[in-house]
Amino acid sequence: MEFLFAITIGVLVAAAVYLMLSNHLLRFIFGLVLISNAANLTIFVAGRLTDGAPPLIPEGADAPALAANALPQALVLTAIVIGFGLFAFAIVLVFRAWTTLNSLTPDDMRLAEPEEAHK
Amino acid sequence: MSWLLALPVVIPFLTAVLAFLTRQSPLGRWISVAGSSVLLVASIILMATVLREGVIAGQMGNWPAPFGITLVADLLSAVMVLITAIVAVAVSIYAIADVDEGMERLGYHALFNMLIAGVVGAFITGDLFNLYVWFEVMLIASFGLLVLGGRPEQIDGGVKYVALNLVSTIMFLTGIGLLYGMTGTLNMADLATAVDGADQRLLTIVAVLFMIAFGVKAAVFPLFFWLPASYHTPAFSVSAVFAGLLTKVGVYALLRTFTLIFDHDTAFTHTILLWVAGFTMVVGVLGAAAQSDMRKILSFHIVSQIGYMILGLALLTPLAIVGAVFYLVHHIVVKANLFLIAGVAQRIAGGTELSRIGGLYKSAPLLAVLFVVPAFSLAGFPPLSGFWAKFLLVKAALDVQGWIIAGIALAVGLLTIYSMTKIWAQAFWEPHPDGVEPKLSSLSTRDRAAMLIPIAGLAVLTVVIGTMPEPFVQFAEASAAQLLDPTAYIIAVLGEQP
Repeated sequence: MEFLFAITIGVLVAAAVYLMLSNHLLRFIFGLVLISNAANLTIFVAGRLTDGAPPLIPEGADAPALAANALPQALVLTAIVIGFGLFAFAIVLVFRAWTTLNSLTPDDMRLAEPEEAHK
Repeated sequence: MSWLLALPVVIPFLTAVLAFLTRQSPLGRWISVAGSSVLLVASIILMATVLREGVIAGQMGNWPAPFGITLVADLLSAVMVLITAIVAVAVSIYAIADVDEGMERLGYHALFNMLIAGVVGAFITGDLFNLYVWFEVMLIASFGLLVLGGRPEQIDGGVKYVALNLVSTIMFLTGIGLLYGMTGTLNMADLATAVDGADQRLLTIVAVLFMIAFGVKAAVFPLFFWLPASYHTPAFSVSAVFAGLLTKVGVYALLRTFTLIFDHDTAFTHTILLWVAGFTMVVGVLGAAAQSDMRKILSFHIVSQIGYMILGLALLTPLAIVGAVFYLVHHIVVKANLFLIAGVAQRIAGGTELSRIGGLYKSAPLLAVLFVVPAFSLAGFPPLSGFWAKFLLVKAALDVQGWIIAGIALAVGLLTIYSMTKIWAQAFWEPHPDGVEPKLSSLSTRDRAAMLIPIAGLAVLTVVIGTMPEPFVQFAEASAAQLLDPTAYIIAVLGEQP
């Protein structure tokens, strides 16, 4: 199962890097969303993957020998919530960039750092 | 003890809520000043307690470490919280004059205090995932502050700032996941011993992930490009607090993790840091030399100065860590102050572009004096604070036969003087190109007081650190000793030595 997850994470990162390297801000944001999900999956896998182990056990019973660690799942939930907020902001910012700068090509965005006039 | 540790985080949070509720009225700015002042008092009490009792730790929600969230204050954390509070007070007073009502209505004061809460939280937490959360609090507040007002330059700079910082966040998160998978803990004190049992090669990979993540935040070469792209665009009080505090949170995180957790393969990790330090110093200062806008010059200098702090961490000798800690504190005061001064220059001379302003020395001599203090301190002139900071680091480098890196550190100091004299010559000495005389009296009495009092206060602090370095160096020594021998830190958090 870890193997499948590892492949999935690898594909996600590869696609994300491809998108992030393209000369378009919206694609960059999409890449960022993908890579953040890859990071979340990494944490998820770090907590061990188990099949069919009950999340809650009756009082007094012993825990199953191999159970997933619940903490990374809590961490992932936190990370998803935080990521949601950040991406909401990032997408609005990109939209605002489109309306004020009329471009989503990073090469055109030179307002804050104007190109030096050739002397 | 827990309340004492939680207070520095809770106070700015409550202030932010109150400031948000009163954002439509001018009351917000006074709430912000009051909140920062209370924070300053709380951080002084925290400092006094740490000095008296050594490292203190508190478990939130009474979950025992390493299961719950731990807040820890050793000397480094305490001094960082204290200096954050000092900058917060200075900037919140300055904001009375600098931030207009439009920005106040959009919630400037709420965001500012939220940023302070995030910064303080990052300094005081003892848990890696909690550090991530504080980084995010800080980040989202800084996003808001950076684009508040919505001028096209701000949006442009904001996009770059947001993009690169989000990438760094994801690196950090991945590193946390891998580290937890390897050791089963995220409590930093617990990690200090838990990593010994982990696969050392994998640990080095994780260390490099953390190095990149914190390196982006700290704006080291080659990851600093977001900083000069964005720091000159927002309001001056925003740039000042960013310049003073944000990158230093990255440096603090590097200092903490690479002395406490990732000290297993220093020949590899700290050699990378040494190269990074050298390049950061040189590239930053050369970038500054090529700029012609006051705030852009100062932004590149942040990068260059970060190199010195990383140098201290990279050498990892007691004296080098002393230098890094001293540098960290000195730099926050000086850098925030220089940005505040740039704000005054903009107000009275009509800009920060050096070719468009001038005559400040003749018609505003007070501002000139106030500029000289932090500018020369930054360059490392005795008897100002920067001299001692550079002296300690260069001495530490020479002690380990690091002739080249010591030479670079000295040469970069020289180049720093070059760009400071450039600002001095063009903004202060040469007459104003439009023939106007920029006078401080053109500001209203309220604005003048609100702008000059914080600047003067920070300048006095610089002079005090410079002329009486003894207690500060002793403090840095004690703090470095705690960093290099984390036994007290671990005992404070976990109860006993495992």
